[in-house]
Amino acid sequence: MSIFGAHYNLERHSIGLAVAVVAVASIGGLFEIAPLFTIDETVESAPNMRVYTPLELAGRNIYIREGCYACHSQMIRTLRDDVERYGHYSLAVESQYDHPMLWGSKRTGPDLARVGGKYSDQWHVAHLDNPRHVVPKSIMPSYTWLLRNEQKTDDLGDQLRALQRLGVPYTDDMIAHAAEDASAQANPNSEDVSGVSDRYGKDTNIRAFDNDPHKLTEMDALVAYLQILGKLTDAAEKDPNSAGAGHD
Amino acid sequence: MAVEERDEHTGYLTTGHEWNGIKELNRPVPTVIWLFLTTAFLAALACWILLPAWPLGNTYTHGLLRADQRQRVTEEIAEAASKRSAAAAQIESMTFDDIRSDPDLMRNVIETGRTLFGDNCAACHGSTGHGGPGFPNLADNAWLWGGDADAVAETIRIGINSDHPETRTSQMLPFGHDGLLDREAILNVIAYVRSLSNPASAKDNAEAVSAGAKVFASSCAACHGKDGGGNTAMGAPNLTDKFWIYGGDEESIFTTLTYGRKGHMPQWESRLTPVQRKILALYVVSLSNGKEK
Repeated sequence: MSIFGAHYNLERHSIGLAVAVVAVASIGGLFEIAPLFTIDETVESAPNMRVYTPLELAGRNIYIREGCYACHSQMIRTLRDDVERYGHYSLAVESQYDHPMLWGSKRTGPDLARVGGKYSDQWHVAHLDNPRHVVPKSIMPSYTWLLRNEQKTDDLGDQLRALQRLGVPYTDDMIAHAAEDASAQANPNSEDVSGVSDRYGKDTNIRAFDNDPHKLTEMDALVAYLQILGKLTDAAEKDPNSAGAGHD
Repeated sequence: MAVEERDEHTGYLTTGHEWNGIKELNRPVPTVIWLFLTTAFLAALACWILLPAWPLGNTYTHGLLRADQRQRVTEEIAEAASKRSAAAAQIESMTFDDIRSDPDLMRNVIETGRTLFGDNCAACHGSTGHGGPGFPNLADNAWLWGGDADAVAETIRIGINSDHPETRTSQMLPFGHDGLLDREAILNVIAYVRSLSNPASAKDNAEAVSAGAKVFASSCAACHGKDGGGNTAMGAPNLTDKFWIYGGDEESIFTTLTYGRKGHMPQWESRLTPVQRKILALYVVSLSNGKEK
């Protein structure tokens, strides 16, 4: 019983025991987490994936600030119920530019991974202002201040730069124009609109999300973010398993 | 290191600790624990062989079962679809009238339609289809773009003011905001429009109503029709019925005339299959008891 003898000795040395506990506990991580960084099929490839625009990024920050992730997941699981209700299961690559990711693990409300384009802007505005306006039995809180609060844009360039350092392919041109791009995306009459579609692609949603082009509100940012969820890449549509996904 | 001490009654060594005169025997691990541990280790060994387990650089051992959750959910969905495929093929090939005259198939359509409606449409139109301010009631007989199943199916497919290239487009102009009508003309036309669905309201302000009728003829009739009956080809609502999307009181109509309206319905062609859209069209029409208009 020499192994027990070793243990008998080890548990009489507090530092030695602490080191051994850490070493044993990290074996799980070493075998379950570390290999995901080297295994090819962990993250699918999506060469044409676009990045969040500054306004969508601001909306994402509001999503985090208001704690939306506490009740809404952004992760369609590989379960038939999930796929039939929300669409193709989420792929790892779809959140490759999310720092931090917002997959969540609690669903008091529905999953939002593919909510982009599912409802109109008008619905999102009415629903965020007071969910009971459109869903009488909803238990979601009202976020009335989003329509009143002006969206700050002066720090968006710095946020883009921080993400660039983490590997998100923002160009220096995008960083330099972050603030004006954020304002222009919610004002279709603005002169800077062409810059937004040049830098972020012609499919970028450019419209007055809160129905008021003259004022850039937090509502503009959050709705712009919600309307792009699941639409940054078409990797899920091209996935070999997607044939037959969806209902009939 | 504590001095080894043997318990005189049992013959076992003690652990060397003492708590208020109580000492602990250093007994071997019970056999049952060994049994559980051994079973668990053997189960783990079996899992290594059967399931994806060992990382090998840029790949990994797939295991004899070749378990893959993504493949499994795809198969489950394909299996569910094949169970529905007979009904789905019927729905796809038959006309709306033929489906409606087949009670068994129609029961299937209504049940499936209720689920689809709940997942996709209820957020705006309500779980019973009764709509809300700004979101049309689908359970009445007022239709912007036509209430027969073909028209409803087309609206579902391309949406209204949506990002679909063939989208239905429609807009109520901001007559007040853009200076097309002055305040007096707006107030007159409100009186006239309200009198269309409620002739009794015309008695008190006949002057405004007749002035409003002239404004209506020149500014509104092109879309809403000479008699205000609307035009489903343009998505212009009928103003002579009692159904209002944005409200029929004076204040709501004033807002509508001043700032205009431009409702948005998403397109569903990229999210739902043709069979699903057909089921939804039949379900939506059934909400108004099948009375088409």
